[in-house]
Amino acid sequence: MEKAPHFVTDLAHLPTSAHGPRSATWWGTLGFILIEGTGFALAAAAYFYLMGQPETWPPGQAPPDWLWGTAQLILMLASLLPNLWTDRVAHQEDLRKVRVGLVVMSAVGLLTLVVRAFEFGALNCRWDDNAYGSIVWVLLGLHATHLVTDIGDTLVLTALMFTRHVEPRRYTDVTDNCVYWNFVVLAWVPLWGLLYVVPRLV
Amino acid sequence: MTAGTDTAVVRRDGPGLGEAETNARLARSWATPPGLWGWLSTVDHKQVGRRYVVTAFTFFVLAGLLALAMRMQLAGPERTLLSPDRYNQIFTMHGTTMMFLFAVPMMEAFAIYLVPLMVGTRAIAFPRLNAFSYWVYLAGGIMLWVAFILNVGPDVGWFSYVPLAGPQYSPGKRVDFWAQMVTFTEVAALAVAVEIIVTVFKQRAPGMSLNRIPLFVWGQLVTSFMVVFAMPAVMVSSSMLIMDRLIGTHFFNPAEGGDALLWQHLFWFFGHPEVYIIFLPATGFVSSILPTFARRPIFGYTALVLALFATGFLGFGLWVHHMFATGLPHLGNSFYTAASMAIAIPSGIQIFCWIATLWDGRPRFATPLLFVIGFIVVFVLGGLSGIMLASVPLDSQVHDTYFVVAHFHYVLIGGAVFPLFGAFYYWFPKFTGRMLSERVGAWNFGLFFVGFNLAFFPMHILGLIGMPRRVYSYPAGVGWDELNLLATAGAVILAAGVATFVGNVWHSLKHGVSAGDNPWGAGTLEWATSSPPPSYNFTHIPVVTGQEPLWTLPQGLPAQGLPVVGGLRVDQRELLLTTVVDADPDLREPSPEPSIWPLLSALAVTALFIGSIFTPWAVVWGAIPLAVGLIGWFWPKSPPDTPEPVID
Repeated sequence: MEKAPHFVTDLAHLPTSAHGPRSATWWGTLGFILIEGTGFALAAAAYFYLMGQPETWPPGQAPPDWLWGTAQLILMLASLLPNLWTDRVAHQEDLRKVRVGLVVMSAVGLLTLVVRAFEFGALNCRWDDNAYGSIVWVLLGLHATHLVTDIGDTLVLTALMFTRHVEPRRYTDVTDNCVYWNFVVLAWVPLWGLLYVVPRLV
Repeated sequence: MTAGTDTAVVRRDGPGLGEAETNARLARSWATPPGLWGWLSTVDHKQVGRRYVVTAFTFFVLAGLLALAMRMQLAGPERTLLSPDRYNQIFTMHGTTMMFLFAVPMMEAFAIYLVPLMVGTRAIAFPRLNAFSYWVYLAGGIMLWVAFILNVGPDVGWFSYVPLAGPQYSPGKRVDFWAQMVTFTEVAALAVAVEIIVTVFKQRAPGMSLNRIPLFVWGQLVTSFMVVFAMPAVMVSSSMLIMDRLIGTHFFNPAEGGDALLWQHLFWFFGHPEVYIIFLPATGFVSSILPTFARRPIFGYTALVLALFATGFLGFGLWVHHMFATGLPHLGNSFYTAASMAIAIPSGIQIFCWIATLWDGRPRFATPLLFVIGFIVVFVLGGLSGIMLASVPLDSQVHDTYFVVAHFHYVLIGGAVFPLFGAFYYWFPKFTGRMLSERVGAWNFGLFFVGFNLAFFPMHILGLIGMPRRVYSYPAGVGWDELNLLATAGAVILAAGVATFVGNVWHSLKHGVSAGDNPWGAGTLEWATSSPPPSYNFTHIPVVTGQEPLWTLPQGLPAQGLPVVGGLRVDQRELLLTTVVDADPDLREPSPEPSIWPLLSALAVTALFIGSIFTPWAVVWGAIPLAVGLIGWFWPKSPPDTPEPVID
């Protein structure tokens, strides 16, 4: 290192956090969304594949009851409103509103889990009845896993926003969490169609 | 600044802070703590990458020893060295270990170590996830091998076809260990894929626009996307398999509306891209080694990048060619035949560009280049038998024979292991600071090349004259004796080649010639720092002005003559983030400190995965320690980060 380095630019003025595609975590979140979305797509493909095997679909069973799955769909789509609002106030770094938004989203999340429990009870099949029951339980369970992980994440983040650890990067954590919830909701729309509508169409 | 005492101190790199002081401060900020605790909690991508290399190589040797055991058994007719049951476990463990515990992790290992250096950044993206991925991979590998040693090793082939692998024909836990090993390794691979994608997208040095990304990095980027789209398929299918076996689901049970072919579709939707997940990083090795030793820039950079993308796409359209013998509709078969032949086009383009680079260069035949030439010869031979197998009538004849065994060893060893050994010789000086012996390297190559061809070429003929794969013995007098003996002799020579390599490494680690920063006179950024690199990789983040930044410097200037940027913190771990396309400086983000939580989380995952082999409740109870581990991992450290220092 005998020679002095040739500095062409000083980057001290650059910001230290940013929302969306400027940050690394946003891309990481997107990466995991791609992975999990592929998992959903493959499980859905398996559903269609298995649909071709028996004479009737569902094979000798009633399709899942409408009520809870559709309630879930409405609840989740409605949850996009507080979710997008939380995303907006996190961009504004408004701590009070962010806390409100996260508490609401935690409550909504826990509510979706309760509804999910009723959904399992209204499937009209068991996982070990036949291949139809197996794939239905796996699809619903796969989505439930995403609910559990995202709600866990939201609860921890909510707690964090009430501690002394609030700093600009926490707000980008909140917006990334909002992105992930959007994914969990949007993944439910086709899965709902698969579980509740498709068996009634064939 | 709250403390008030340090306000006059410049805590960023720049002209105000001397080089020695900058390095000292960076070393303090980026060092891994000493001792066992530091060893367990490190998040340095170079340390994690080295562990991946050593672990994956250990699995390579173990799986190689299993191959030798099989060759000894098959050296002559009706030998009784191995029982049929042990033989089943051995060929399954050989394939499984080579594919899941050696090939993919080894390619990731090179990505983890080299990609951050090649793109000119201080650390990999999500370094704690990286540490976590290593521990999960290690735990999965150890679990499988302990099961094997306890005689519970999987015995149904590396692709675990149902119904053989289902609950009816494979009672016991052998297949479950296989299925959970898949879960372990795929979790690790997916985590690494995301790290590599984000490192390449967001952490490239200023000026490294898309058209200046080293081909090795392009290869690893395309590979990472293939991992993202392919690996979920094997996780879904192996989870279905374990559920069929453990909780009575019926995915693959035809009696209850399931279908055995669903397994093959899902498995090969992963399994065929897997081949390219192994091969594309190897093309990156070749594209790095060739320009250095041909002493000219790579010929056809753009064509090579496009070939990578084309291979990445086409690789997902081939999986059914593993299923030609299952009686699928003719139209489907024709499509997959066409796709299988089409993928030879990007491979051909790559081979052409590499030969052109050599042709037009002034080649220096050092060991890395020898292995690259060996790669070209062997891989082209494997590609030719691949074109043959893409044809349904021929495939139906030689399906499940040694012809297929010969083909995939030509493409996998030829396409991945030859370049890998070239890569070892090429980057060993960067990893360790010492050169491997060139003289021993030539022996290494010679034994490996001769041994490989002696071992595997006869298998083409054995397959054509009817010898099926996965048989533990064969009768005398069917005309297979001599060729099998020849193959065994080749395997012994091949093993001697590997042993030569191990000896070379062993000796050179202590006594090798000191390498210096850039012993080969190469052009990419990993050679612009010391060997081995410091914990923070570069004193200053370089500015990139061409595809081979070190070659575009004015004649005679050392690597320190690179233009650099200043302004990053040196008192904390800080990275420069740049824009995705043009790599313009955009953000300074902190990089995580070492932490024990990734290891603890990995242990929780291990308990959950292994427990779930025995009871589904392990998923429920195992989630609790895992949640604790993850919360500990992500909870910010106390006290919060110090605020931005004031600059003079």
